[in-house]
Amino acid sequence: MERRTLLRLGAGTLASLSLTGCKTFDFLSNPDDPARDVLISANRLTERAQRLLQGRDALARTYTEADIRQPMRPNGSTDPQAADYLALKKAGFADYRLTLGGAVETPLTLSLADIKAMPQQTQITRHDCVEGWSCIAKWKGVRLSHLLDRARVKPAARYAVFHCFDALTTGLSGPQYYYESIDLRSARHPQTILAWSMNGAPLPVANGAPLRLRVERQLGYKMAKYIKSITLVPDFAGIRGGKGGYWEDRGYEWYAGV
Amino acid sequence: MRETELKQPGEVIRRHGPWTRITHWLWAICVFFLLLSGLQIFNAHPALYLGRQSGMSQGFDNAVLRIGAEGGQGAAPLRGVTQVFGRDLDTTGVLGLSGPDGAQQARAFPAWATIPSEQDLATGRVVHFFFAWLLVATLAVWALASLLNGHLRRDIWPGRRDLRGLGADIRAHLGGPLPHGRRYSPLQRLTYFVVLAGLFPLMILTGLTMSPGMDAAWPWLLDLFGGRQTARSLHFLGMLLIVSFFVVHIVMVLAAGPLNEMRSMLTGRYRIRGHAAAEEE
Ligand code: HEM
Repeated sequence: MERRTLLRLGAGTLASLSLTGCKTFDFLSNPDDPARDVLISANRLTERAQRLLQGRDALARTYTEADIRQPMRPNGSTDPQAADYLALKKAGFADYRLTLGGAVETPLTLSLADIKAMPQQTQITRHDCVEGWSCIAKWKGVRLSHLLDRARVKPAARYAVFHCFDALTTGLSGPQYYYESIDLRSARHPQTILAWSMNGAPLPVANGAPLRLRVERQLGYKMAKYIKSITLVPDFAGIRGGKGGYWEDRGYEWYAGV
Repeated sequence: MRETELKQPGEVIRRHGPWTRITHWLWAICVFFLLLSGLQIFNAHPALYLGRQSGMSQGFDNAVLRIGAEGGQGAAPLRGVTQVFGRDLDTTGVLGLSGPDGAQQARAFPAWATIPSEQDLATGRVVHFFFAWLLVATLAVWALASLLNGHLRRDIWPGRRDLRGLGADIRAHLGGPLPHGRRYSPLQRLTYFVVLAGLFPLMILTGLTMSPGMDAAWPWLLDLFGGRQTARSLHFLGMLLIVSFFVVHIVMVLAAGPLNEMRSMLTGRYRIRGHAAAEEE
């Protein structure tokens, strides 16, 4: 008797749980919910723990030519439509100029030819998308630290912010251009490069031509494509949503080592 | 807390120590949130592969599981399809395509199985990683407390006696009334041992292997599991095993007397009865 009542109670609870589903926790989607703030604070812990275990220069695994088994899968923007980008693309990016400014002694303006004339680095690495898939490809470009040394970063600078040509969405204030940021530790990592070549050919438009970032110890969304300019900043105040990136402003973690 | 004297059937004893009870409910909370947020994460790319990377092109396909929706053009109705090792199963209503009639959604796991209910990878990840940390902390506390208070040696670590008693215990579970001793039965010990010392560490390690940051810090993780995508598939397999354990666990609690079992996990007090009462050390 007692047992039967309990069984029925249990079955009822399970049934109602499965009916309302997990709508119960939908409030966590709200970016301003205090409970979400508590949950996302674990990302700081993850960052600290991983940095402690990694040390400054632990390298991401590199692979061999035999591991390049498919074209690099593009994600996010694959064909930017901004007028300035279309004009550059039409001319084969001959007029492209990367600017690096902000908290630096000597701002830089570099053409693709300038960048290719710098010391180059090639690496075959695994790209891990936040969605869950991985794809191995070969990347070639210049170390970001080389540019930072040339520009001489001021002590106040803590982050490098990448502003891009592509917009994934259009808001009330116009196109929402992609942007991303990494701290100087990631920026100076030996595998952090600005790549203009992929799998032995010039970077295709779908993969971020003419120049994209590789930050090999983090997820794909950190690796801004279609880079227009780089600025060094002390913090993210006043930069768009203030969270340091397009996806970060939309609820993703800033530290993407996981 | 070693029990030497024989207990009489019907007597109420102290079965679970406070650390066992606290960590038990922490596991329950962690696994609940990890499971439902994990399924949310899975939905962002509902396919599993074996190896270093995901074969997603014509000439390179190393998928072992794919969940999706097919059809929908012309006369063919949309249906949910789950492909396991290349074989298609129609899973309309649950996997691939689900939701109320007329408002069905193409999504791998249905809305009632994910946190949040709608597609929201960012929130799923925020929830998953918070409870991943909580699970790691709980496991650490449990391991330390169980080592110190003898729970591990007395109740969990399987000994020769458990292996010898296993056959009889399996027969007991299949047939007659369940034992109600102070000690766990051999099958119980072995199960809890596999979950706590096997499955939870497996989930943590395969979870870490999916982190590019941890792969740089501990490159051996990639070698241990045979690549990031294999680790992701093993993480999923571990999830299935944990869900199976949970289902059996609940059935056993119901069969063994849910009030007594529940009381023992809440207050620690447990009524022993039947033949097993005389089994004390
Ligand atoms: C009971 C424990 C857990 C369950 C049931 C669970 C379940 C899941 C599921 C179903 C997924 C979707 C992808 C897949 O199936 O592989 C997932 C993803 C993930 N889990 Fe867990 N998980 C658990 C514990 C953990 C722990 C402790 C960690 C961290 C150490 C972790 C880290 C991750 C990561 C990083 C992903 C994302 C993978 C991706 O990018 O696709 N999980 N989890």
